[in-house]
Amino acid sequence: MKILVIEDEIELQEAIKESLLKEKYTVETAQDFTVAYEKIALYDYDCILLDIMLPGGSGFQILEKLKDMDKSENVIIISAKDSLEDKLNGLALGADDYLTKPFHIAELNARIKAVLRRKKYDGKNEIVIGNVTLDIDERTLSIAGKNIHLNRKEFDILSYFLSNKNRLITKTALAEYVWGDEIDQADNLDFIYYQIKNLRKKLDDSNAEVVIEAIYGVGYKLSQK
Amino acid sequence: MKLLNRSLVILSISFFLIIGIWSLVFYWNLRDEIRDSIDDGLDNNRVLILQKMITDSTLLSQHEFSGNNFKIRPITKEEAFTYKDIYKDTMMYRINEDDLEPVRVLHSAFEHQDTFYQLTVISSLVEEDDLIEDSFWAVVWLFIILITSIIIINNIILRKIWNPFYEILNHLKNYRLDRDEMPKNSQTKTKEFIQLQNATNTLIHHSREVYASQKQFTENASHELQTPIAIITNKLELLLESDHLVEKDAQTIADVINMANRLKKLNQSLLLLVKIENNQFLEQEAISINQLALDFLSNYQEVTDFKNIELKVKTTTELVVQMNASLAEMLITNLIKNAVFHNTKNGQITVRITEEEFEIRNTGTSHSLDAITIFNRFEKDPTKTLSTGLGLSICQAICQTYGFKITYQFIENEHCFSVKFKTTHTSI
Repeated sequence: MKILVIEDEIELQEAIKESLLKEKYTVETAQDFTVAYEKIALYDYDCILLDIMLPGGSGFQILEKLKDMDKSENVIIISAKDSLEDKLNGLALGADDYLTKPFHIAELNARIKAVLRRKKYDGKNEIVIGNVTLDIDERTLSIAGKNIHLNRKEFDILSYFLSNKNRLITKTALAEYVWGDEIDQADNLDFIYYQIKNLRKKLDDSNAEVVIEAIYGVGYKLSQK
Repeated sequence: MKLLNRSLVILSISFFLIIGIWSLVFYWNLRDEIRDSIDDGLDNNRVLILQKMITDSTLLSQHEFSGNNFKIRPITKEEAFTYKDIYKDTMMYRINEDDLEPVRVLHSAFEHQDTFYQLTVISSLVEEDDLIEDSFWAVVWLFIILITSIIIINNIILRKIWNPFYEILNHLKNYRLDRDEMPKNSQTKTKEFIQLQNATNTLIHHSREVYASQKQFTENASHELQTPIAIITNKLELLLESDHLVEKDAQTIADVINMANRLKKLNQSLLLLVKIENNQFLEQEAISINQLALDFLSNYQEVTDFKNIELKVKTTTELVVQMNASLAEMLITNLIKNAVFHNTKNGQITVRITEEEFEIRNTGTSHSLDAITIFNRFEKDPTKTLSTGLGLSICQAICQTYGFKITYQFIENEHCFSVKFKTTHTSI
């Protein structure tokens, strides 16, 4: 999988690149409009992370160029502007998703995975790790072919973990993903532990080949047994 | 008071004074003129009588007026020499009017064949009270006619002349910067109105520029702050994944990540407040508050279950409000979130939705919060140092935008927030 990161802020670009490399993607970068423009014209990518405000031009022009060239790259806009107008504009120009800075690494991973899944031609929108199969469209979990009932939040948590296999997810990132941005630092996040405990029990009971571990008490990590 | 009426009042008072003074002066002049001409007539009569007397000495025996307008009476020489011609007003009985009437009298003396006589000539005067009365009514009528014509002229012509002014005024009243309207030009040739129009257009133009640059600033500030925060968060998250960390360091990194996250929230909330206060949320739709409340309550179900909070929802009717969807969500979710997270274990949340009010009560700290300062920015529970302290300010800003009323009360050991959706005014 080849991913192009178009981001003018070098430090952020590097952080994203480092994270993507951990996911075993091939990563290329562009830090201004001209370089980005050249790269999309010359190469094909599975996914493009696109900043809107670029030196030398706008991310929207990149989107237009992609459209003109009839390229079906998956584009995720990563913008500092949390503006509905930009969001609608970007999606209308063919972007697949819109992520507002600052975001959690885990969130970016989940978005990229979702976009890539949609691109697969077998038509199945599911995550498979070991004997665990999570069907995103149907919102069902099956472990070794057996359906396991999950409530809405358990499903969201598991899908987030499966999209971030072997990666650390902080409690805050998890809470924001599952309960929304309004979750505050001040809010006691102990209830997350309770949710994870239930989920672990369900996974264990069905002999799932994945395990969710607590890491240093700051977050969790899902890995394959 | 309207301009038309104000000018009418000023004109009426001025006319009243001007006409009043003018009529007094006019009256005195007129009276003097009448006296003058009567006195000339009396003098002329005297000369005629004296000439006639040369040929007709019977005139000397005219001792009483009895029908004529003069009388002659002999006087002593000494008396005659002290005489000067005197004109004066006096009253005399008139048989036809059966009343005393004013007359003008001329007393004079003359010598005829060595005898001295006193001659008195009279002429009837215009009745002064009649004159005053007639003049008074004439003046009153003049005044009434003047004022009536002013009212008519004001209403018909001036209204027409002032029309461009009202057009400009109406345009300004309804003008909203955020709707990105261009200033309008009304058709007028009046210099002052053209000046007014130009002045308002310049003002609008300037405000639009300031508004645009403020919006730009908001967005730039967001951009400039969000990116460094993103870098801090993402780099630390990557660092946290490093294999060589000891737990203590990991905890420290997590703490810093949380701080960065707090910074992010603070920044986002401040920008949101600015946007709300700038009325940048324009799209409106019919929002069911009931539905929103149920959605958000169920979103926090795990938390309420975890804290064993008892939820009670009492609705009498469906409350539908015309407002921006994002703002409605923010308002309700902030209130619900507060009720959930500031609650105690085994506590209770009661949501009550009536025709025009959303009320949420929750158990929590056992003392009342300050109902006045609670909605202020950065006013927060000192024990919850990580809170942004902006949640309720955002709620209040949203309510102010739509003219809703948000209040806090401490009732029966419960914290009660209520939003009255009955709009007192609509600013959007």
